Amino acid sequence: MTKSKSAYSVAGKKEKLDTHIIVVWVDNEAGVLARVVGLFSGRGYNIESLAVAEIDSKLNISRITIVTTGTPQVIDQIKLQLKKLVPVHKVADFKREDKQVIFKEMALFKFVGNNNKRGKALNACKKYNAVILDKTNKSCVIQITALRREIDKMSKNLKKFGLISVSRTGAVAMTRGAETFK
Amino acid sequence: MPKLLSGAEIVFKCLEDQNVEYIFGYPGGAVLPIYDELKNHSSIKHILVRHEQGAGHAAEGYARSSGKPGVVLVTSGPGATNVVTALTDAYMDSVPLVCISGQVPTHLIGTDAFQECDTTGITRPCTKHNWLVKDIRDLSKIIHKAFEVATTGRPGPVLVDIPKDIQFQKTDYPKFKKKNKLNGKVHNHFSQKEIDELVKLMSKSKKPIFYTGGGVINSGPKASELLRELVAVTGFPITSTLQGLGCFPGDDNNFLGMLGMHGTYEANNAMHDCDLMINIGARFDDRITGKIDEFSPKSKKVHIDIDPSSINKNVKVDLPIVGDVQSVISSIIKTIKKTKPNFVKSNKQQISKWWEQIGKWREKKSLDYINSNETIKPQYAVQRLYELTKNKDTFITTEVGQHQMWAAQHYKFDKPNRWMTSGGLGTMGYGLPAAVGVQIAHPKKLVVDIAGEASVLMTIQEMSTAVQYNLPIKIFILNNEYMGMVRQWQELLHEKNYSESYTAALPDFVKLAEAYGCVGIRAKTPDELDDKIIEMINTDRPVIFDCLVDKQENCFPMIPSGKPHNQMLLGPKDQEQNKITGKGKTLV
Repeated sequence: MTKSKSAYSVAGKKEKLDTHIIVVWVDNEAGVLARVVGLFSGRGYNIESLAVAEIDSKLNISRITIVTTGTPQVIDQIKLQLKKLVPVHKVADFKREDKQVIFKEMALFKFVGNNNKRGKALNACKKYNAVILDKTNKSCVIQITALRREIDKMSKNLKKFGLISVSRTGAVAMTRGAETFK
Repeated sequence: MPKLLSGAEIVFKCLEDQNVEYIFGYPGGAVLPIYDELKNHSSIKHILVRHEQGAGHAAEGYARSSGKPGVVLVTSGPGATNVVTALTDAYMDSVPLVCISGQVPTHLIGTDAFQECDTTGITRPCTKHNWLVKDIRDLSKIIHKAFEVATTGRPGPVLVDIPKDIQFQKTDYPKFKKKNKLNGKVHNHFSQKEIDELVKLMSKSKKPIFYTGGGVINSGPKASELLRELVAVTGFPITSTLQGLGCFPGDDNNFLGMLGMHGTYEANNAMHDCDLMINIGARFDDRITGKIDEFSPKSKKVHIDIDPSSINKNVKVDLPIVGDVQSVISSIIKTIKKTKPNFVKSNKQQISKWWEQIGKWREKKSLDYINSNETIKPQYAVQRLYELTKNKDTFITTEVGQHQMWAAQHYKFDKPNRWMTSGGLGTMGYGLPAAVGVQIAHPKKLVVDIAGEASVLMTIQEMSTAVQYNLPIKIFILNNEYMGMVRQWQELLHEKNYSESYTAALPDFVKLAEAYGCVGIRAKTPDELDDKIIEMINTDRPVIFDCLVDKQENCFPMIPSGKPHNQMLLGPKDQEQNKITGKGKTLV
C-alpha cells in the first residue's frame, strides 16, 4: 500500500517507562473510584494494580494505591490530572526503587496435594510471613505478605507444590520513619 | 421552624441566588416538577429549544459572550444523552455550564426504567464534576458547589442529576452566602521570582513572540486590556489561537494573525524561528504545534496557565507560571515598569531584525486568494461581511469547517467575547444554537453565525427557537454544496477521492427560512453581495442568508497534519509562482 499523504500527527520518540506507585486520598463518595479509574482508561494510562479502602470513617476518606508505568511526562500528567478531580485531597507518587517507602502486597495461596508437597509449600512461603488460614487433609490456604515481584515469582514456582488458586490485593504503600505525606 | 421547600423549589432558589436569568431547556417526564415551579419565579426566563444539544450550545454561546455561566435543564434518558455533545464541547473549550438533568425516581434507578440512563456515568468524562442527588438535604449544597466548580479555575461544564422523587421531597433552604474562599482546585500562587525570570528572558530575547489563547478571554475583559498594555510596553509581536481571537485587536500592526494549521505564514514562521515563546492561556494543541518534534526548536518556552495539567502536557516548557492570566500579566507589566521603564525604546534595536524578518514573511500575503467577478469567493464574502459590520459591535459564531477558518482569517476582532467557535471538539452544528444564546445575552446587538450548509443542517431546527423568541440572528451560509474541509483534504491528501463529501440534495434555504417564519436572502454574484448583506443587517428578524460561493475553493495557507510550522502549503497564487521555479507547492 502506498503511504498516504494524510499523515496524522506521528507519535514522538519513545521514552523510558518507569514504575510508580501513586497514592490518592479521596472523599469516599459514590462514583469516586470510577472517576479515578476512568481518568486512567480515558487518557490511556496503565494500571498494574489497584488497592482501595476507607481509612478514616469519620472524615470519610479513602486511600487508593495504584501501581502504574509511564514516561516521566505521563506520570506528571497522572498526578496533575488526579489533583484536578473534585473529591481528590492529595496525591503522592513514589518510585518503586524508593528506599524510603514500604510497598507490600498480600496474597492467598490455595494448595491441594499430599502432606509432603504441602509441607514444602509452607516452607517456601515461610520467609514471607506465612500464615495458615485453613487446613484439611488434602488442602491448605496460606497467606503471605511480600513485594509484588516476590509474589509473582512465588506464584510461578509453587505450582509444582500443588498451588491451584491465587488471590492477591494489589500493592499498598507507606513511608518509613516518623513523617507522613502532607 | 423554617419553611419547608420542595426539591423543585430549591432548584429555583439556588438559581435565583446565583443570579441566573436564563435557562435553556426542554421538558420531559423526569423534570416536570421543576417545570411546574417555573411560573413562580419571574426573574428566571426559560428558553425552549428544539433539541437538547441546541440547549447546550445556546448556553455555551450565552456563557462565552457574557462571561456568566450558562444553565441547561433537560430530562432523563434521551434528554441527558442529547446534551452530551454540548457538554463535551464546553469541556474542551473551557466554557462554564451548569446542566441540571432529571432522573427516574430513586427507587427505579438501576431497573432499566423508562427514559432511564446512567447520566452521571455517561457524563463523567465530559464534565469537570457531576453529582447524582440521592438525598434532598444535599440538594442546595450540591447546586451551589456546581456553580463554584463550573466558574472557578479553568472553567468547564458540570452536571447535577436530580431524581424525580427528590424534586418532590421537602426540606429547608439555608440562606446562601457566597464564599470568597475558592475550592482548593484553583492555582494562583505564582511567585515574583518567576515573573523576574520571565522579564529577564524578555530583555535578553532577540526574537520574542507572544502566543495567546482562550485563557486570556476566560480570565475576563480586564485581561485583554492588560494584554494590549503588555504588547505596548514590550513592542513584541503577538499571535493568537483560534479561541483567543479578540483579546488583541486584529488590525493592530503587532498582530501577526492567527497561528496553527490554517494560520498565517508570518505567525507560523515566527513561532518556528523565535528564541522566546511566551504562551499566555493557550494549550499547545496539535492543530497549533504541527509535528511536535520539530515545534519551535530554538526557543525558550514560557507557559502561563491556570491549569497546572496543561503545562508540559504536549510541549516541555522552560518556565511554567501557574496562575490566572490577568494577575500574571498585571505582575509582568508592574515589574517591567519598575525595573525597565524604557523597555520599548531600549529593546527596539534588539528586536528590529526580527521585525524585518516578520515583514518579509508578511509580504507573502498568505491569506490572499484569486478573486473572481463571476462567482462569490468565500473569503470575499467574509471580507465584505466584515467591512459592512465592523462599525457595529458584532458578535460572530461559526460552525466547523472551511467557513470557520475563513471567518477566523478574514474577520478581524478587536474585543474579547465577540467570537464564539467550537475549537477543541470541532462540533458541526455549534454556531446556530450558539447564536441563539448570544442574542439572548445581547438582545440589541448584531449576531451573525458564519456557517456552512452542511454544518448548519445539523441543528437547523433551532431557527424555530429564534423565531419564537424574536431573536434576529443572522445565519450567513457559505454554501458550496460540499463538506468543504472534507473535500479539501480529499483533494490535497487523498488523491481526489471525493467520497461522500458532496450533499446531492440540499434544501432551498430561502424557502426553508420562510417555512420557519424568518427571512430568506440569497446572493449569487459578487455584484449583488453588498446590497444583500446590507439588506440582511437591516432586517430586524432572523435571517437565513444563502451565499452561493465557489465550490472548489480551498482554505490556505495550510500545515498538513504531521508537518512542522515551516512546511506550509500556500495558496494558488504562490503555487503558480512555485511551479515556474519548479519547487512544487510545498514550501520549506
